[in-house]
Amino acid sequence: MATLSPTSFTKNFNSSVDFPITSFQTFAIFGPKLKTEQTHFRLSTSFKTGSCLELKAMKEPPGLTQKLDKNRLDGLTESENGCDLFQDLKHRFLRFKKHKFEENLGHFQNLAEGQAPKFMIIACADSRVCPSVILGFQPGEAFMVRNVANLVPPFESGPSETNAALEFAVNSLKVENILVIGHSRCGGIRALMSMQDEVDSSFIRSWVIVGKNARLNTKSAASHLGFDQQCRHCEKESVDHSLLNLLTYPWIEQKVAKGELSVHGGYYDFVDCTFEKWTLDYKGSNLGKNSRLPVKNRFYWC
Amino acid sequence: MGSLEEAIEGLKKFLSNKDDVAVAQIEKLITGLQETDLNEFDPVKRILEGFQHFKINKFDKHPELYEKLAEGQWPKFLVFACSDSRVCPSHILDFQPGEAFMVRNIANMVPAFDKLKYSGVGAAIEYAVSVLEVQNILVIGHSRCGGIKRLMTHPEDNSTPFDFIDEWVKIGLPAKVKVQAEFGDLPLEDQCKHCEKESVKLSLCNLQTYPYVQMGLANKKLRLMGGYYDFVHGKFELLEFEPCFHHLFST
Repeated sequence: MATLSPTSFTKNFNSSVDFPITSFQTFAIFGPKLKTEQTHFRLSTSFKTGSCLELKAMKEPPGLTQKLDKNRLDGLTESENGCDLFQDLKHRFLRFKKHKFEENLGHFQNLAEGQAPKFMIIACADSRVCPSVILGFQPGEAFMVRNVANLVPPFESGPSETNAALEFAVNSLKVENILVIGHSRCGGIRALMSMQDEVDSSFIRSWVIVGKNARLNTKSAASHLGFDQQCRHCEKESVDHSLLNLLTYPWIEQKVAKGELSVHGGYYDFVDCTFEKWTLDYKGSNLGKNSRLPVKNRFYWC
Repeated sequence: MGSLEEAIEGLKKFLSNKDDVAVAQIEKLITGLQETDLNEFDPVKRILEGFQHFKINKFDKHPELYEKLAEGQWPKFLVFACSDSRVCPSHILDFQPGEAFMVRNIANMVPAFDKLKYSGVGAAIEYAVSVLEVQNILVIGHSRCGGIKRLMTHPEDNSTPFDFIDEWVKIGLPAKVKVQAEFGDLPLEDQCKHCEKESVKLSLCNLQTYPYVQMGLANKKLRLMGGYYDFVHGKFELLEFEPCFHHLFST
């Protein structure tokens, strides 16, 4: 196999953006041997004298404002100081290492050889809804995708990070269950419901438009409700549409029809601490464009 | 951990409830759980156990925290981590609810700014930086990453292409090229390890192509960090990304 020399790598670096030379400082290695290493990595790119980074003021997308309470929640790190932050991250890892990794060493050694999760989870990136916390998934149990508003784009929309993960989970890891989890007060769904027809150049709009059918259904079914209730309706409707979008992938549809793969929807309400769960009841029949999602085993836990 | 026994014990606490209907339902649930065939994996019961454990041991024990979180989130971190089931940052870095806005994808990649191709990642960055005003972005790579291995081995190994995986992992091509150039004589496993780390550095560079990240860095309101979790040896590395100009030459 031909190898590229470092010089040709520098020239061929595929970047459409000029950005400054950067340096990386390895801060610490956390583990049995605590030592600090100082290494510098120079990423050489083309550099124009006098160039400047173009900074564009971002217009805040509609429907996304939240009242930023200046009396912020204090996390475990009270200081904004970098050193304190790094120390905090270090101690968090060492806690995990001591209380979980070393106490279950055999299990983690097995996991290091390979993973065989039974679940693939698609959840929102929202900091309040990590499935490892709310559903207690332990290392090795759940292959997880997290994006804004836990959306699954359909097959025909082309490659994306979400369907790359689906392809890996279903065809390589051969998970037995896919669970799409929506949640209350979702900022992404609120953005979807707030979208006006005018051109909006935000990324958020470009992404949440994946859920446009859920918005359409919500507007027709729940227009008599207040906006907050409509958003809540859309949060659940969007999960259903993601489940339908899962079936647009032939290799998912085949496995679901054969009973080798189960597809579930979930909804976590963090206001009341409740969890709803339902399972797609698909037996290989074609779903009409406007047909309701056939479901079974609907549970509501509170 | 949410075990069957813990779930049953947790439910038994509700039996003192004065509501007969609720008590009857709880007793029915307990009986159902006790009759579980422990050899057969039941995904529904697994989810129920996990949720009950969270509700009883976390949510109900910290009502003020969860009441505040219900009103909004103010995470200090935007985290990019791999979808791998073994590397959830809520475990390895003990992130609690409200602390980290978390994106998980194959090989924890951040592509360069592209509104058409990579709107999902862009939406997460835009929301976290512009709306939530996170102060730190942390990209965490890990050992034995299947996505990086795919990047390093395909298409040279003549394996059947994956429609979506291959298109996604090729974001990391510059990292692969660099690793092959510097470490091409090492065994594949070592090259993959180098690429896992190189890809984190590439993602940190790519973050700078987003205008709101550029602005945050320029205003010193944003910090970029890279992490590497080695679950073979139980280690974690952290590095801080410091964009800086180095004068190269004058004529």
